[in-house]
Amino acid sequence: MAKIELTNISKRFKDETVIDNLNLTIKDGSFTVLVGPSGCGKSTTLRMIAGLEKQSGGDILIDGKCVNDTPSGMRDVAMVFQNYALYPTMTVRGNIEFGLKNRGVAKSEREKLIKDISEIVGLTPHLDKKPQSLSGGQRQRVALARAMVKQPKVFILDEPLSNLDAKLRGQMRTELIQLHKRLGTTFVYVTHDQVEAMSMGDEIVVMNKGVIQQADSPMRLYHDPANLFTAEFIGTPAMNVMKRSELSGLDVPDGSAAGYVGFRPEQALIGAGPEVEGWVIDGEIMTRESLGSEQIYQIRSRMGVFFVKAFLAPLVSEDRVQVTIPCGQLYFFGADGERLRGIEARPLQPAAGGAKA
Amino acid sequence: MTVWQKLRPYGMVAPAIVIFSMFFIYPIFYMIYLSMFDWNFVSPTKTFVGLQNFRDLLAEPDFLKVLSNTTVYTALTVSLTTGLALLLALWLNRKSLFHGFVQGAVFSPHIISLVSISLLWSWLMDPEYGLLNWVIGLAGFDPLQWLSHPSTALVSLVLVAVWKGLGYNALVFIAGLQSIPAEIYEAAELDRSKPWTTFMKLTLPMLSPTIFFLVIINLIGSFQVFETIAIMTQGGPVNSTNTLVYYIYEYGFRYFKIGYASAAGVILLFIVGVLTIVYFKLLSRRVHYR
Repeated sequence: MAKIELTNISKRFKDETVIDNLNLTIKDGSFTVLVGPSGCGKSTTLRMIAGLEKQSGGDILIDGKCVNDTPSGMRDVAMVFQNYALYPTMTVRGNIEFGLKNRGVAKSEREKLIKDISEIVGLTPHLDKKPQSLSGGQRQRVALARAMVKQPKVFILDEPLSNLDAKLRGQMRTELIQLHKRLGTTFVYVTHDQVEAMSMGDEIVVMNKGVIQQADSPMRLYHDPANLFTAEFIGTPAMNVMKRSELSGLDVPDGSAAGYVGFRPEQALIGAGPEVEGWVIDGEIMTRESLGSEQIYQIRSRMGVFFVKAFLAPLVSEDRVQVTIPCGQLYFFGADGERLRGIEARPLQPAAGGAKA
Repeated sequence: MTVWQKLRPYGMVAPAIVIFSMFFIYPIFYMIYLSMFDWNFVSPTKTFVGLQNFRDLLAEPDFLKVLSNTTVYTALTVSLTTGLALLLALWLNRKSLFHGFVQGAVFSPHIISLVSISLLWSWLMDPEYGLLNWVIGLAGFDPLQWLSHPSTALVSLVLVAVWKGLGYNALVFIAGLQSIPAEIYEAAELDRSKPWTTFMKLTLPMLSPTIFFLVIINLIGSFQVFETIAIMTQGGPVNSTNTLVYYIYEYGFRYFKIGYASAAGVILLFIVGVLTIVYFKLLSRRVHYR
């Protein structure tokens, strides 16, 4: 178990600066997920923690010890790779055993560890097979077993589920969460999939273009985004964002610096009527996606296209609808994308919307 | 199925079959047929002698010397070319202008005609005026006789063969090395694998299909060495560089003993065939294919 601290980390590839002055503390025993679009530097950050990539500047501390010059094998870090990176020339047993052999663990001890681990991940019947004859999910388990058997301080997982099919991915997700609970070790997990990040992490670090946008718990990330990027990145469908200059039907105080107004699709209500007080938008339903328990509507209004998500409600069949957003559910962002708090907007009351209905 | 549908596949492969039969199958069988006759290429009659040509061959000390020369030449050429090419490839397997230049330079002999190479090396290895002896002299050693002495001639020919084959072999090895995913090395690094362990347990086994391919190619090529010998030594001095194909050529096209030469050809075919089969049987089980 270990805390990981990155201080003033930067990384340059030739002339290109990928990460500049990054500071991050990964809590001991946490399941921390680095998430962001591809090219945001999340994998590079991960590889620097593992020691597979050398930072151009700054310090990395694992368990309070500076590991800048520690080779990756000596950092007590185990990694699970996206394409598993199993040793194709060895059997499953050989793959799990390799790291132990290199550490000089005695044979009897090795056998016991392999037996225990393969029972945990359900590989016992496959120990003498080569990785090529295993399925994707089984290979993933071998990669996990290979990492676990070394009893590392830190687990590093680089998009470990992205090569699996959707159903298996869901299953492995649950298994990884359970595994983390059971081991209590620090997990650092990289993904580009915000759903995966939200469902697995207890601490999520949203990155974009080498800069940390927000590091927070999933719920705070969702309910209290620090900026426009996080707001739009987390949540499906993404938060609806409108330019202030194009607003109609909403009164934003003149003095405020707000450049954008946003609301979550699931906070908007279709056909709520006058009893719900809020910002009312007239629109036309363009598409309906019904997923059973929830429906997603794409709605065109005078301010552009936005999404509304409804739960356990009958499918709306009319084309022209009124959408109400309670004023407390609005998010305001400055022109630079930073979140602005404490702005109170009021719906304009020509009651035009009501009259039309 | 109509008749046309049944015949169509045969029609499709017919051109290949015809060419293959005319230029590969027929000559082999004709050689086996000729090996049982006494014939001089021009006389209208061929005398059937049964297996007499083979008996003569195997009783001929020169021929046994030729067999041993060929074996030594092949063993040295194959092991040195493959081994050195692997070392070279391990060193060349990185991206820099210098490494790219070396790779190109080492590869260039592969595309030069063997005749030019033979002439070039004959000059370089000239005992009196050759560049090699001059360099050796500068380093303070006695000059070597190279191709002019029975003890060094065969090894000199091996040197030329290795020089020519090295670049191609290294290139194939580099391709093999580059097909090994980088993550596997990273995983090994995290597993605290020492460089030597990584090489023996991962790199070498994963290169085994490449090694297998190159050894077969080099083996067959070396057994059939001809041009360098014809131009540089004509089998001499004192038969020390006479190899199977050159021996066949001399008996067939200089002494016009076609039956005798064909018998030697059958033996070459037999040896190369057996070697290939044995090698496939023995090693293919240990080769790791992804």
